Amino acid sequence: MKPTDIGNPDYFHKVVDCQWGCPAHTNVPEYIRLIALGRYTEAYLLNRQSNVFPGILGRTCDRPCEPACRRGRLDGKPVAICRLKRVAADLRDDVSDQIPKGAGGTNGKRIALIGAGPASLTVANDLAPLGYHITIFEKQNKPGGLMRTNIPSFRLPESVLADETGMILGMDGVDIFYNSPIRSMKELLGLGFDAIFVGTGAPRGKDLEIPGRHETDRIHIGIDWLESIAFGHVESIGERVLIIGVGNTAMDCCRSSRRLGGKDIKVMARRPRQFFKASPWELEDAEEEGIEILINHAPKRFVIENGKLTGMEFERLEWDAKAERSKVLDSIIIPCDDVILAIGQDNAFPWIERGIGIEFGKWDMPKVDEKTFQSTLPHVFFGGDAAFGPKNIIWAVEHGHQAAISIHNHCQGIPVADRPPQGQNLVSLKMGLSEWSYHNDFNPSQRQKMVHVDLEERFKRMNVEVELGFSAEQTAREVQRCLNCDVQTVFTAKKCIECDACIDICPVQCLTIGRDGEEAEVRGRLSAPATNTDQALYASEPLPHTKRLMLKDEDVCVHCGLCAERCPTSAWDMQKFELLTPLAGGEACTTSYSHA
Amino acid sequence: MPSIVKPVAKHPSLPANKLGLTVRDYEGSMSTLCAGCGHDSITAAITRAFWELSVEPHMIAKLSGIGCSSKTPTYFVSGAHGFNSAHGRMPAIASGANAANRNLVYIGVSGDGDSLSIGLGQLSHAIRRNLNMLYVIENNGVYGLTKGQFSASADVGSKPKKGDPNQMSPIDPVTLAMSLGVTFAARAFSGDKEQLVPLLKAGLSHPGFALIDVISPCVTFNDHEGSTKSYLYSRQRLFHATEVDFVPEEDEIVATITPAGETPVRMHDGGTVRFTSTPEGYDPQSREKVYTYLQECQQRGVVPTGLLFRDPETRDMHVMNNSPEESLFNLPYEKLCPGSDALEKLQRNYR
Repeated sequence: MKPTDIGNPDYFHKVVDCQWGCPAHTNVPEYIRLIALGRYTEAYLLNRQSNVFPGILGRTCDRPCEPACRRGRLDGKPVAICRLKRVAADLRDDVSDQIPKGAGGTNGKRIALIGAGPASLTVANDLAPLGYHITIFEKQNKPGGLMRTNIPSFRLPESVLADETGMILGMDGVDIFYNSPIRSMKELLGLGFDAIFVGTGAPRGKDLEIPGRHETDRIHIGIDWLESIAFGHVESIGERVLIIGVGNTAMDCCRSSRRLGGKDIKVMARRPRQFFKASPWELEDAEEEGIEILINHAPKRFVIENGKLTGMEFERLEWDAKAERSKVLDSIIIPCDDVILAIGQDNAFPWIERGIGIEFGKWDMPKVDEKTFQSTLPHVFFGGDAAFGPKNIIWAVEHGHQAAISIHNHCQGIPVADRPPQGQNLVSLKMGLSEWSYHNDFNPSQRQKMVHVDLEERFKRMNVEVELGFSAEQTAREVQRCLNCDVQTVFTAKKCIECDACIDICPVQCLTIGRDGEEAEVRGRLSAPATNTDQALYASEPLPHTKRLMLKDEDVCVHCGLCAERCPTSAWDMQKFELLTPLAGGEACTTSYSHA
Repeated sequence: MPSIVKPVAKHPSLPANKLGLTVRDYEGSMSTLCAGCGHDSITAAITRAFWELSVEPHMIAKLSGIGCSSKTPTYFVSGAHGFNSAHGRMPAIASGANAANRNLVYIGVSGDGDSLSIGLGQLSHAIRRNLNMLYVIENNGVYGLTKGQFSASADVGSKPKKGDPNQMSPIDPVTLAMSLGVTFAARAFSGDKEQLVPLLKAGLSHPGFALIDVISPCVTFNDHEGSTKSYLYSRQRLFHATEVDFVPEEDEIVATITPAGETPVRMHDGGTVRFTSTPEGYDPQSREKVYTYLQECQQRGVVPTGLLFRDPETRDMHVMNNSPEESLFNLPYEKLCPGSDALEKLQRNYR
């Protein structure tokens, strides 16, 4: 095996599973330590640097960090990273004097952003402090985009949304025009902006063209229906409601129905549960509210009697193991008053004229570069759901950061493909004999359970936030579950005397001194077989005494530091890794607030 | 000395032995020895040997005297019985315990000071008695607890960290034991667990006194240039005189060992053991030949390791004394102490 190149920031970054899994590469262990210290404001600001909307994301994020979390591989449940983020947002002080101010549009470049969702707002957040003049065109009368229209207020309070969007819209040099849908890209191009960013989301809910679809007004498109609730246009629904589809939008639809008068609510899924798109926690939250989820039902027709929707007919299916092929068992009519369709979203760009330089490709989507977010018209960029179809908020934020870098490059005459590189800092945490400047004991606590408002209480009004947030005691326990994966085990081969002390003490059999070989073969003969090939094997230079290699399987290392503690020569050291992430107009910059 | 306890977190795919226990169930308290001490590696090897043999922790008795080495029984198998005796007196305690309860598995851990200086007499007689126990000497050539003076196993010419080289001739526990009639003698190195773990298993299973002299570098006082018990010196001068693996008693498998290279032999559990021939003319069952071989090696300044000698005709203390199969502590009081009439009757036989 080749000695591992730890000079490449990717190596240690990948060890920090949560940060690697986060599209915006939020420095999770660092902010969890800050929360542990009660430094909520700094924890919030650290979050904000990468993910811009900590309060919103602390309630609504799809949390790709949590399935990635190393803790989950040890005791089955990841650290509750997302809800700890909310703790920082809820308990922080006023930060208005600590967030970047706009520079009042002093650099003379004018940027148009279409839509005021997470992607556009991130672009504004990154560019306004550099002196760009930002003009946002929003079709609604309030900012937030899909964060406002598609996420019900019992999950995301209006005040949190207003606060975090307000931080950006309040920057000097950022103007927003409400009730201003862009109807013609050609017209906008004519206004002479230096760059245009399209952050219009994926605003078109998919329809279900089966018999009866257009014979009643009681069939609703999920995302449109949620939007109508958000703006107060819809205030009630029938008692018996069927939701078609089983993604996260379906969960928001069924839970909203429950609050608007629905009593018998069924979510109808075509396939078995393990193939659902919705996050497991969203399914649990819906079921807690008495919503029934039926599997293996394929919609066949809407039942209309005397011009009135009375039910829906489904075919009951039996699937093979991989749910690829099905056979129809029989059909069944389920009575209902309303049907909500939540079977996916499409992008729609009827307002972008063809032939103006923006080329469209597969599925009538604009051709957008995956790294630079540039379209085929050099000064037009796309991001968020508008770029590659529906994803989620945290991806939209990362698209915004990257598009901001591209827009800056474009306006400053730098090729957009010249991306500023990532960097890393590694700082030893050794303070003295048996002293480390991080909390390195393993806490066996179980994941803390989020407490919810009583069922009766929460159905009284639409905007009663269901999750109460962690208590002080829960927070104190949950932060200690974090393994500090950013505190890296760093090995210096030339110091090693091969005494085996590190191997003997490692509680999770990560370490081996062994002879060299092909990685696949080496993985099979370690202290414990390294079967998780997603996780790296850290191989040293040949050791001085025997020319064997020190091999570390990163998979379930608990970062306790005992290898370094028991090492007589400091060949192992615990060093805090910090990923330096570049933003528009800057070198890769430090995000650190604490020395561990 | 570590400031934290060992995390309870376990590797999710940690295997279990026949008792359903993982190797972590055979651990003890955190070691307070110096970081990098060879003794900690031996502790890890002992932990593994007990786990692999599936010995029930409460059927283990661990004994020791005084010294760095003698602290180590605390660091393995928390669930075992233990006795930390006065300096050099561990063999007497072990003899007493073994006399009372012959059904426990006895392991004594001692050092070169505890065994070869203050406890030399005790060690010698435990060997003569052929006490059924595994006796591990963690041999580092210095008194670590008192800042590194030479012990009785220090080689002539070995340099201390400061001061003059050693001039007195060393006591080699293996040749000493051979001369006292030991029935199992082996040498190993703390940095070579592939050899040490099978030797420990064999020693624990040997029905008699099994001595394993383990070179165990003192990382603080005897791991410098000029030391003859450092990690580097040991790695350069040690060689495997014999290759052994421990196989539990089963039907005999007959194989011819070729004089050179490896001979693979398929075992009862489906695994394969590779035999390497010992040096020409080497007979691990001939006390005279092994003794001579060890003397030659000492002359050449090399240290042979492995299972060096085993007497298959071993007769332990209980066989020699014709003691009952049942442990004494289990005998009813009337039988164990039949009263003055019975004593009178016995004594009459000898008048």
